Amino acid sequence: MKRVSIKEEACIGCGLCQVYCTVEHSKSKDPIKAYLKEQPRPVSRVRVETNNPTSISIRCQQCKDTPCVTACLTGAMTLDKETGLVVHDAEKCIGCWTCIMVCPYGAIKPDSTGKIIAKCDLCPNLEVPACVANCPNEALVCEEVEQ
Amino acid sequence: MTKYVIIGGSAGGIGAVEAIREVDPIGTLTVISEETVPQYSRPMISEYVSREATLDTMKYRGDQFWKNNNVQTLTGRTATKIDFTKKQVELDGGDKIDYEKLLIATGGKPFVPRMEGGEKGGVFTFTELSSAKGLESKLEQSKSAVVIGGGLIGVSASEALVKRGINVTLVELKDNILNLILDKTASDIAEKVLTEAGVTVITGQTVQRILGKKDNETAVGGVVMTDGTEIPCDLVVVAIGVIPRTELVKGTPVKVNRGIVVDRFMRTSIPDVYACGDVAEAHDFLINGNRLLPLWPLAHVGGRVAGYNMAGKKAEYEGGTIMSSLKYFDLPVIAVGNVNPEDSSDYDVLVELKPEQTVYKKILLKDNLIIGFIFLGDIEKAGILFRLLKNHVDVSEIKDRLLSDDFGIVTLPEQLRQEMFVVN
Repeated sequence: MKRVSIKEEACIGCGLCQVYCTVEHSKSKDPIKAYLKEQPRPVSRVRVETNNPTSISIRCQQCKDTPCVTACLTGAMTLDKETGLVVHDAEKCIGCWTCIMVCPYGAIKPDSTGKIIAKCDLCPNLEVPACVANCPNEALVCEEVEQ
Repeated sequence: MTKYVIIGGSAGGIGAVEAIREVDPIGTLTVISEETVPQYSRPMISEYVSREATLDTMKYRGDQFWKNNNVQTLTGRTATKIDFTKKQVELDGGDKIDYEKLLIATGGKPFVPRMEGGEKGGVFTFTELSSAKGLESKLEQSKSAVVIGGGLIGVSASEALVKRGINVTLVELKDNILNLILDKTASDIAEKVLTEAGVTVITGQTVQRILGKKDNETAVGGVVMTDGTEIPCDLVVVAIGVIPRTELVKGTPVKVNRGIVVDRFMRTSIPDVYACGDVAEAHDFLINGNRLLPLWPLAHVGGRVAGYNMAGKKAEYEGGTIMSSLKYFDLPVIAVGNVNPEDSSDYDVLVELKPEQTVYKKILLKDNLIIGFIFLGDIEKAGILFRLLKNHVDVSEIKDRLLSDDFGIVTLPEQLRQEMFVVN
């Protein structure tokens, strides 16, 4: 399965991963429109955290023990057994925030409508996730790991 | 071929089915359920009543769930007796089913106190689909409702009814709504949000009796409060709490305290008999003991653990604690653990209140361990704290950073942080 790993020592805290994530998850795929015009406003599914001199870029780690999947009240969060990825079904999500409560990374958040959650989906339409492809210092690496 | 029997087809029963089938694809699996609807998400009853969900969208699993897992379902049936010596479950009608591994996941039933007028048409509970359907069918011709109980279910019912245009009065016996999970500050904020949405909140009182309508004594026409005030209404929703459905094991050797007592493997005191969910008293990682915790996610995880063990794969239940995430009228709140200590002098209390942004955060620490927290308004990082609480992590190094805006994984001590990113 695919997973994004973080090289803490290489992260410069620039925040570009957040920008490219937001744009990739926008309708227009255009940074200006995504940030200024689009409604509902697209949100980044990654979060850059800084505690000088360290910074890291946090996203869903596709946990093997899937606390968010077992806690989900509606069946909206599932583990895809083929890919090993934790998949979110926006249609089934009621925004109860139970997954947010149990995510050890704080990697799930309400989207800008406040009605459902948003989390990293590893950019299913791209070969390499947008955050990884655009990280200027190669602090993010997308790799295949054993399920 | 192992014969598995599960009594109850909700969160716990479904969790057990999934776990058993991961380990044992060929054993025979029978699920006995009183519900006539095959499976649904009970917490979505509120969405069903508010018409934000339909019977179809509130399914917890796909349409073919039972079939895909090769489960024989006995829906609309009640287990009436268990013979632990013969290893048989008796059903209504007298049929007997043999088991080798049995899971009791019978859940809880709403507690409805005896009350004058309680038998009148228009009195409902809110945790079973059948009752919620009855309530829903009355909404078109109803104007007002009194909801008894200001806990999770009562507030949830109030929200659903308000969304359907019903005038709602919410009655809570204690001084604050949601008092089992929030402190006074958070409860006051929640109450304000409810009031602004049109709910009339009455605390410190309860309903003494239910009155009939003037032209129809058998239909709800109003309630009389403890202080004698009369409130006219067409509907009453009783949402005081749930009690474990332990009746099947009453008078048997199965150890029952308030619920069926289970160990960390979800085993009861009888060999090959397991229990989980609202009927069980299972491990609480905060008090390090057993406790009733009638919460959907814990029922599901407990069911999974029971299922693995029933099928011969050893699994240990991590446990739960009081843990709630709410979004009443779009106010996000996550509250975990002990947030209302009787004597706060033993604890460190960290508080942040930003009323203008409707943000309130409170963390309680004892001996540098987080024992409870409330995040209201800004909940994104609540899960990081949940993990620290659950794993009893000493936070002395980072205590002064826990409430800062830039708190995150990066704030955690390096070793802890590294552990989290080891590829598992």
